[in-house]
Amino acid sequence: MIRKLVMVVGAFILFLLQSCVFTQFNTGGIYPNLLLLITSIYGVMHGERAGIITGFLLGMIFDIFYGDMIGLHALILMYIGYLNGKFCGIYYPEDIKLPLGLVFLSNVSYGILTYIFEYLIRGRVHFGYYFVHIIFPEILYTMLMMIVIYPLIVVIYNGFEKAEAKKEA
Amino acid sequence: MSPVVKQKKEKFTIPGKYLLLFFSIICIVLMIITYGTSIFDKPFNAAVGYVIVPFERGIGKFGEWLANRSEEFSDIKSLLAENSELKDQIAKLTEENAILSQDRYELNSLRTLFELNNQYDSYSKVGARIISKDSGNWFSSFIIDKGTNEGLSEGMNVIAGGGLVGCISSIGPNWSRVTAVISDGNHVSCQVLSTGKTFIVSGDLELMNSDIISFSMLEDEENIVTVGDKVVTSRISDKYLPGILVGYIQFIETDNNNLTKSGYITPAVDFENLSEVLVITDMKNNDF
Repeated sequence: MIRKLVMVVGAFILFLLQSCVFTQFNTGGIYPNLLLLITSIYGVMHGERAGIITGFLLGMIFDIFYGDMIGLHALILMYIGYLNGKFCGIYYPEDIKLPLGLVFLSNVSYGILTYIFEYLIRGRVHFGYYFVHIIFPEILYTMLMMIVIYPLIVVIYNGFEKAEAKKEA
Repeated sequence: MSPVVKQKKEKFTIPGKYLLLFFSIICIVLMIITYGTSIFDKPFNAAVGYVIVPFERGIGKFGEWLANRSEEFSDIKSLLAENSELKDQIAKLTEENAILSQDRYELNSLRTLFELNNQYDSYSKVGARIISKDSGNWFSSFIIDKGTNEGLSEGMNVIAGGGLVGCISSIGPNWSRVTAVISDGNHVSCQVLSTGKTFIVSGDLELMNSDIISFSMLEDEENIVTVGDKVVTSRISDKYLPGILVGYIQFIETDNNNLTKSGYITPAVDFENLSEVLVITDMKNNDF
């Protein structure tokens, strides 16, 4: 129970970080995608269900605040969380390569899907421009943030694992 | 002794597949409903407003403070240079101002002659602070700290520094979302102040980084519209009040059809460094 609460609070803090703090610093108008980052990490750490719920809730908040259509980002993030959850079985907290690779793939697909649903259907066809100027910098920035945030999440994760092992023993 | 061994009750969990299906249906239904209507806006916006906006207000202030401190250190040098530059400018402007106030006097007397009232000054405005910007990379919108509680409503125009910023596109009790004119997919009907020719100004993500907006559909057979002309919102716009400054024409070219012209406009507002805005509480009257 406490563990779930900590996870929710963590995701909430990242959302606030993204929408309030990062937007204050001028980094060429590009922000990291922390919502996707936490969805992906929770998915691979705790399995499909965690990924689905995190993606759905964060996507919903994002859609209500910033989206024109409620549900689109929730849907995309939810599927990303679900697919990341498929890799839960081969995940070890000490190995950053798997989550890092998954965050990379997730962010690429998130960028492409957003482009298709928000831009391509309105007849904006310069995919190259969007890839170079929006999707690619966003991925780089998100991966950078991942390297900063991930150790913190692992510390919390290991703490809870240990406490749970003690309880069972 | 009873042969039934009491088993530990297994915790009931829904498999991921069904959870995914369930939420997918919710999302798709919501998407279809919110695409055409806005019936969910009110309860959702209110709920989110009470949960998240208070935090955003606090953090927004903290982040702003942090950004300001870091800017302060780097800016001292450039400030000194700017100061001397500005002093020169003041001298120039005072002179200009004298000439302008003469013009204004003349204008006012002419206006009373034509019984026109000065509309731009008479709009009533409310100040608001930006508490969070769009957290995605694909749009340009931001959240301000006032909503229906302060008497704002959807569709109100937002200005800053004398120029048009955008209009309120979504509102909650204590917050509202402003979609900027530079946002992709946003269109404004404008006119050239000097000639009264109307055309469409549209935001474009590809141009957003270079701080310009594009315009199109300008009919100008006599070639009287030139670079540097003032662009204001037109009287036929359905969302924006007439006569609000949008920017200045930066580049103009004839379209392939040889009938219309298009080009770029430099906006009057510095969208990068917005922190406070003014909301015009007068609405464009669409009832007739």
